[in-house]
Amino acid sequence: MTVSEMASALDLTPVSLGDTQREVTGGYTGDLLSWVMGRAQSGDAWVTIMSNANIVAVATLADTAAVILAEGVLLEPEVAELARSKGINVYTSPLSAFVLCGKLAALL
Amino acid sequence: MGDELRFHFNIDGDNFTSAGEASVEVKKKLRQLGFPPDVIRRVSIAMYEGEINMVIHARGGDADVLVYPDRIVIILEDHGPGIEDIDLAMQEGYSTAPDSVRALGFGAGMGLPNMKRYTEEMHVESTLGVGTKITMVVNVQ
Ligand SMILES: Nc1ncnc2c1ncn2[C@@H]1O[C@H](COP(=O)(O)OP(=O)(O)O)[C@@H](O)[C@H]1O
Ligand SMILES: [Mg+2]
Repeated sequence: MTVSEMASALDLTPVSLGDTQREVTGGYTGDLLSWVMGRAQSGDAWVTIMSNANIVAVATLADTAAVILAEGVLLEPEVAELARSKGINVYTSPLSAFVLCGKLAALL
Repeated sequence: MGDELRFHFNIDGDNFTSAGEASVEVKKKLRQLGFPPDVIRRVSIAMYEGEINMVIHARGGDADVLVYPDRIVIILEDHGPGIEDIDLAMQEGYSTAPDSVRALGFGAGMGLPNMKRYTEEMHVESTLGVGTKITMVVNVQ
C-alpha cells in the first residue's frame, strides 16, 4: 500500500508531504528516538507523539515512509517547513498511537 | 590511503536542533555516490547517534567520514569530559543524559549500542578530562 492510500484509509491529515506514492512496508511506534533508529525498518510508517525538529532527522536517517503524529499532535511551523524541505511525509490524527497501530496493522 | 574521499564536519555543541545536519549531508553524498541504501542507512544512523552524543555529552566535536569503495570509516572526536567506564556506557539503557534531553526523545541509553549494531567495527578511546574518539567502520557488501 502507498503512503497516500494509507493516509486515506486511516483518515490522516497531512502536515508535510514528500513522495506519497512510496510503499509502506511495515509500522513502528515509539517516542524514544534511539529506539526508533535501532528498531524501525526502512519503509515503516512511524507512529509517535514526538514533534520536535529531531524527528525530521530521525525519519530521514531511518528512512521511514511516513511519520504519523498521534493524539492530534501538530508540528511547529518551523518544524513543518523543515520536514517539507527534506521531503518527509508527516500526517496527524486525533486517534491514540494504540488505535492507529491497530488500524495500520490490519491494513498491512 | 590516498584514494579515499574525505568529508569533514564541525559539530556545534550548543545547537540541538541543527544536530543531525552532518549525518543528513553524509546520507545525501553517499546516495550521490551510488552506495546501497542499507549501507547508507547504517552509516548515517551510526553517525547521527555519535553526533548527538557529542552535542549532549561533550559540547560538540569533529566528525570525519572517509569513503573507500569497499568501506566507510567514521571518526568522531571530541574534547568533552570523556567516558569513565566504556563497557558500562555501551550497555543498552545506560545513560547520564539530563531530563531536558530526555524530553526531546534522546537519552534512552541506546546510542552507543545502535552505533555498534549498525557497524562492522567500533573502537572507543576515551580519557577522562581529555575527550573521546570513536572510530566506526561499515563494510560495503
Ligand atoms: N562523546 C561522549 N563524551 C562523553 N560521554 C559520552 C559520550 N558518548 C556517550 N557518553 C556516555 O555514555 C552514555 C551512553 O551513551 P548512549 O548509549 O549514546 O546513551 P545516551 O546518549 O542516550 O545517554 C551517555 O549517557 C554518556 O554518559
Ligand atoms: Mg546517545
